[in-house]
Amino acid sequence: MGQRTVIPFGPQHPVLPEPVHLDLIIEDEKVIEAIPQLGFVHRGLEKLVQKKDYTAFVAVTERICGICSFGHSLGYSQTIEVLMSIEVPRRAEFLRVIWHELSRVHSHLLWLGLLADGFGYENLFMQCWRLRERVLDIFEATTGGRVILSACNVGGVNQDIFDEDLRGIVRVLDGMRGEFGELSKTFFRDRSVQNRLGGVGYLSKEEAQDLCIVGPFARASGVEEDIRSYGYGGYSALASFEPITSKRGDGYARCEVRAREVLQSMDIIAELVDKIPDTPLMTSVKGAPGADSIAVSRLEQPRGECFYYAKGNGTKYLERFRIRTPTSQNIAGMTKTLQGCDLADVPLNVLTIDPCISCTER
Amino acid sequence: MGSFHLTKMSLRNLFKKPATKMYPVIAPTFTPMTKGHVVNDIEVCILCGICEKKCPSLAITVDKPAETWIIDPFACIQCYSCIRTCPKDCLTMLPQYTGASTEKCSRSITKPELSPEDKAAQEIAAREKEARIAAAKAAKAAKDELANKE
Ligand code: SF4
Ligand code: SF4
Repeated sequence: MGQRTVIPFGPQHPVLPEPVHLDLIIEDEKVIEAIPQLGFVHRGLEKLVQKKDYTAFVAVTERICGICSFGHSLGYSQTIEVLMSIEVPRRAEFLRVIWHELSRVHSHLLWLGLLADGFGYENLFMQCWRLRERVLDIFEATTGGRVILSACNVGGVNQDIFDEDLRGIVRVLDGMRGEFGELSKTFFRDRSVQNRLGGVGYLSKEEAQDLCIVGPFARASGVEEDIRSYGYGGYSALASFEPITSKRGDGYARCEVRAREVLQSMDIIAELVDKIPDTPLMTSVKGAPGADSIAVSRLEQPRGECFYYAKGNGTKYLERFRIRTPTSQNIAGMTKTLQGCDLADVPLNVLTIDPCISCTER
Repeated sequence: MGSFHLTKMSLRNLFKKPATKMYPVIAPTFTPMTKGHVVNDIEVCILCGICEKKCPSLAITVDKPAETWIIDPFACIQCYSCIRTCPKDCLTMLPQYTGASTEKCSRSITKPELSPEDKAAQEIAAREKEARIAAAKAAKAAKDELANKE
């Protein structure tokens, strides 16, 4: 038996876009245990809810994370709408889903690029990010922002997308399909990618369920859980929705699930553009959440299920607002997959869960 | 399995325009929607202060006595709240981002001094308005008196 050593990993590390620290307990180049440490980017945004009125707080929720920014504003708006029993116009629900699915496309492309960068395939990384740029251009043309969209608000959406622009979006996405096909072929079939990802960070279905893992990380281990399949908001208009899963449970499966989800999101957008109704965009919101009113809502973010809780106190400031983000669930699974892996596989292992630390720490 | 799946795409890219731009030599292109900075048409603005109340980042200050509307472009987060709520629709979002600056400074706009003719016209309008109000009040009083007598 070799000697045990503790190796610090992060908070600054080339594979980490955001700071998280791991204490790796190593024996003979194998990780025995990984102890995570969080709190480097805590900003106290949940506390801020007591100081900003509930309509202005959308602007704060959007800034929780730079990648799932639209998802957070949507989740917050959804929760307040439940809290105050506000009916959202149908067109607004559709537009929300379209922007949210576009966020998923760009988030997954970003992650695929980071993954390629993580195993040293620079060319693949650049091609993924080049493709992602087109989604950001769509955002800029439809909302005026590339990262922070400010499109979603309590009661509906702020901007409309004209029908011909919606068809334009579908055309852009159709144009991306060919190139994305070539990229995913590289991810799926390239020998070097397979060798690097196959068998790395295995997590069984039972372990994933025990640790309450969510999102593509869980689906890659065969857990069929996707909040979109419950048909909230605009998703209820979809003819059918099947979560994308894989049984392999390793890093390769996570890559495969996310790559296939990009295509699924494109299909969802195309279907909703065909079906979008013509209704107003915003329900006017008056009054304030009632005293002791409580609401929860769930949402499928690119990284998995996100849970929102809000409590009103009769004034226009909320009493409490809480978000349970997907990464806070998945970190438990990450430390599990790290146990017993080689030290050289740690960066890739951390990367495959797609950690979003800013969301987690808020 | 196999290798070199990306070769075709890489070769194609050799003959394409670059995907990036040489900023700042080549200026960025904006869409008509791009959120850059907020401007106020001060002649239309009535200095009501609604935009100040609605701004989530406290970027706007309205100084009614000095007839001045002040915005801190570095605090503004381009959220459109002020533009949506302005009763006179005098705020507009323009695509150009706020330029670089060595210090964080606010931009203030004051209502322009009126020319003598405009001032006179405004006074006449104010007087006419007062007269109209007085006439309406008198008519109402007379009507009430009549109703009381009956
Ligand atoms: S809301 Fe409009 S009219 Fe009122 S102070 Fe602001 S810019 Fe002027
Ligand atoms: S756009 Fe938003 S942040 Fe900027 S001045 Fe208007 S209300 Fe304030």
